[in-house]
Parts: sequence; structure tokens; C-alpha cells
Amino acid sequence: MPDLELIPSASTLAKRDQPELVGELTTLNLGPTHPATHGIFQNILQMDGEKIVSTEQTIGYIHRAFEKISERRPYYQITTLTDRMNYCSSPINNLGWHMTMEKFLHVEVPKRAQYIRVIMMELARISDHLICNGILGVDTGAFTGFLYLFEKREEIYEIYEEVCGARLTTNMGRVGGMERDLSSEAIRKLREFIKSFPPVMREFEQLFNRNRIFMDRVIDVGGISAERALNYGFTGPNLRAAGVDYDVRVMNPYSSYEDFDFIIPVGQSGDTYDRFMVRNAEIWESLKIIEQALENLPEGPYYADAPEYYLPPKDNVYTSMEALIYHFKIVMGEIDAPIGEVYHAVEGGNGELGFYMISDGGRTPYRLHFRRPCFIFYQAFPEMIKGATLSDAIVIMSSMNVIAGELDS
Amino acid sequence: MLTNQEVAEALIGKFGEDVFDFEEPYGMLTLTTTREQIMPMLEFLFNHEKFKANFLTDLTGVHYPDTPGREFAVVYHVHSLIHNFRLRIKVFLAEEDIHIPTATSLYSSANWMERETYDFFGILFDGHPNLTRILNIEEMDYFPMRRQYPLEDTTREDKTDALFGR
Repeated sequence: MPDLELIPSASTLAKRDQPELVGELTTLNLGPTHPATHGIFQNILQMDGEKIVSTEQTIGYIHRAFEKISERRPYYQITTLTDRMNYCSSPINNLGWHMTMEKFLHVEVPKRAQYIRVIMMELARISDHLICNGILGVDTGAFTGFLYLFEKREEIYEIYEEVCGARLTTNMGRVGGMERDLSSEAIRKLREFIKSFPPVMREFEQLFNRNRIFMDRVIDVGGISAERALNYGFTGPNLRAAGVDYDVRVMNPYSSYEDFDFIIPVGQSGDTYDRFMVRNAEIWESLKIIEQALENLPEGPYYADAPEYYLPPKDNVYTSMEALIYHFKIVMGEIDAPIGEVYHAVEGGNGELGFYMISDGGRTPYRLHFRRPCFIFYQAFPEMIKGATLSDAIVIMSSMNVIAGELDS
Repeated sequence: MLTNQEVAEALIGKFGEDVFDFEEPYGMLTLTTTREQIMPMLEFLFNHEKFKANFLTDLTGVHYPDTPGREFAVVYHVHSLIHNFRLRIKVFLAEEDIHIPTATSLYSSANWMERETYDFFGILFDGHPNLTRILNIEEMDYFPMRRQYPLEDTTREDKTDALFGR
């Protein structure tokens, strides 16, 4: 006896012809923890079959309250909080905070320190983009590129280790300069990195850029127009992929970025492929900047002549009374902070990373607010995945480079 | 290039008495306006044929418990990408009447920034499509970034501020 149930009725067929809403909507929880979201993000999707109709986002799983903690910490001790925001490129966060303090205290940083900072920040940008693009490969099913790039990220971390002793939460800057000078070993590692990195990067690009499967998965997926991107407050590679050449390094140069010759890669359609390509192009530009900075590394001191702000070297602290006193005064926050407010922005891995600080002259900031680029552009996610499939949503999220630490602060 | 003078004069010409407290900390034009004028001002800057300040960089709140009548400040950072001009606008609110119109009609990016400000300070953005907590749990019945909630137990006597640099 034939199963009559399998033959669709006329009303079912009529429903099927309608483009919208075949059956009931399915509610699907993507996250909070899901292997493909690389972090703790919850998205409650309303699915019509395979198509996403609407999304409800939930964030705030990290609960760290950095802004509140900053109200009780002397300026110098806030450094360790900034590391933990965008942990894929912690030196940028870190040095960005120091530059905010320098702007606030009118400390002039010597050229050598500025160049070392540029090198470190560009290394951080490379490692940030490597992770983002590598994981985008993993999400489309290609694990190889990720493994290739991870070796290079490891080398970058070894350079950090050589410069400051830490790998992930690099507390390498100081108000007024760097913690220490670039050692000859660090310079050797940097030169080796510059030499060994391009072939690997080229190979990675060969694996992906014209790969049919990859292109099918990312082209015309999650596109956003320049106008919408600006309205959503996009910055960084996500905005540039949409065709707006806004880069804080060029618009408001800090730390001698005006000395270097580099271009701003710009995409067209703002889709996932453009975001991928812009990040790849930026890696090459960063490499160019590092080369130039190493080539023209100025001689001279690596810290400003500002003993009331620059933390004395540890050796001196153990042997000289003067240094011990300054060390104590700085760490305990007895520096005379002026009254006022300051906003300073740096180009983080994801875009404009801003520090807005109000001081009432006390030991701690009266109010400190971090402008985290992730927090601002992640709210566009529902609009970008509307009408896409679930597998597209995964790719879009990973190409936006949403980092949980930066999202929640 | 726009100068602070130019923008300030245009804003005074348009809003007159409603813009005041002009400052230039570290070169950024800072001004204060009233709750009634904040949205017209943002729209004016957004649509102005010369300024084109159509990028909302940041929106946040500040709590000043010791100034009666203006306990809360909402701070907007607006950026004109074409002229590379940044502007900071403040609005002060009284604690008993903590309402301000939402900027979401103008900037989609204001949505979460306003939710965050509401979450931490309790500032109510009128007309916001979804004014709920964003980083904290829904059940919370206080606003943690207000200054009456200290970070540490203030009754402890072994940790005095004078000794520990706070």
C-alpha cells in the first residue's frame, strides 16, 4: 500500500511556491559556546528552513568590568587591563593606552621608541589578521592555511618574548617610551621573520585567493554597503572592505606613522571575500612598514627624559635610592595628573580603538571609556546575515573578526 | 580643513543660547548643549553640506554625584571623515529626570552604545527600540558604573586608601 502521506497536498504545494515562510520558523541557538563561533557569543536565530529570518544577539559573557576597575587603579596599573581587550593584538591596546597617557601628560617620546612601537604594533596587526584569515579558512573547511600561518604567529610571539618577556599579555610599553631597547637577538629574529614570512604568506594566498570552493563560500556573502557600514560605525578592515579608505594611521598619525610609506587597501562590495582580501593586503603593508622602520631605526634613547612618569629600569630600582622612590611613586600613582579630558585613537586590529579619559586631578582616572571597535560593529551582524544560510553566518562572523575580549571589556 | 572656530561659530549661529561651555582640551572642540537641542544638533552636523559629521565614534556616560541638577553627562564623539574633524558634545542631565532622546534614528551604531550607557548608568534613551541591559544580567536592579557603588568593601580598615595609592 503506497504511503499517501508522502504525496504533497495542493495547499502544501501552494505554500511551497511562496518565497517566504514555508513552514513554521525554527529557533536555533548558535552559541554561547560553539566550535565555529570562536568565543562566547550567543545568537538566537529564527530560521525558515535553511534561511535566517531574524537574529537576537546576546553578549556580555566575560564580565570583567574594566572601566569600573580603572576608576580605582592608578594610571600606570591600568596598562595590564588594556592587554586583555583584543588579546590577538595586545601590543596595540597596550601602546595605545600609553600614548593616551603621553598625550595627556604632554610627554614627548623619542624617535627610536616611536619606531620600536611601530614595529611592535605592526607585528601585532599581522598576527591579528593571520588568526582572522586562518580561521576563516578553517570555517570554510580548509585547515591547512591555518596551520601554515600559526607557525608564523608563533614566530611573532617569540619576538614579543624577546622584547618584553611575555607572549600574550605583553606589557611592553611604558609612559615615555618602551620598557627596554630592542636587543640584537630581537633584531635578528625580526630580520629573519621579514625574510621567512613572505613565502609562507604567498603560499597561503595561493591556497585561498583563487580557490573555487573558497570563492563560492565567501563572494557575495554578508556584503554591506559603504553607507550602511559608516552608519553602523564600522572601522578598520571591515569598513575598508566596503570601500571607505579610513585609517587612523593616516588620518590622525601617531607614533611617527607619517614617516612611513604605505597604502590603505580598499575593497569594493564589503562582502566576506573583500574583508579577507583587505586583511591579506594589510599584512603586506604592515610588513613594508616593519621593513622601513628596521631600516631607518634611529639611534638614541628609547625612553623620554621624564623621570616622574617613566618607570625606572629594575636594575636601578635595586641599586639606587632615587630610582626606588620614583618607582614607588609611579606604581602607587602619585604622579600629578592634570585635570582634563582626552580622547586618543589608534588603529587597532579591528579598527579605531579609542581611549576616552576624564581626570579630576586624582590618582586614578575619574572615568575611562574604551571605544572597542568590535563592540560597535558586531551589532550589524543580524543585518548582515539576514536571508543568508547558517553556514554563511559562520563565515560572516569569522570574517568580521569579532573578539570576545574586545566585545565585553 | 575645518577649524574649531568655524564649527563653533556655525553652531552658535544655529543654536544660539543652547550651546555653551566651549573648550578645547587637547585640540578637540568640546561643547555642552541641552537635552532638547542634542538631536537637532546631531542632525545639523550630519546633514550640513560642509561639515558632514556623519560618523558617531563614541557615546558614553559619566556620573558626577556631587553636582546637583547635573549628575549625569552623556558624551558624544562625532567625526567628520571628509574633513577629519572631531567634535565632542556633552549633555548634562539631572538624576530625577534622566531622559534623553535616542540617536538611533540617525546612527544605527548608537543602538548598542546607548544600551551600554543605560546598562551602566541607568540613563533612559527615549524612543530606543530595545533599551535593555547588554553586558550585565537582566535581573540586576542597580547601575554598576554609578559612583555610589565602590569597587571594594569600604568598611575594611586594613586597606586604607592613603596607604595603597587609591
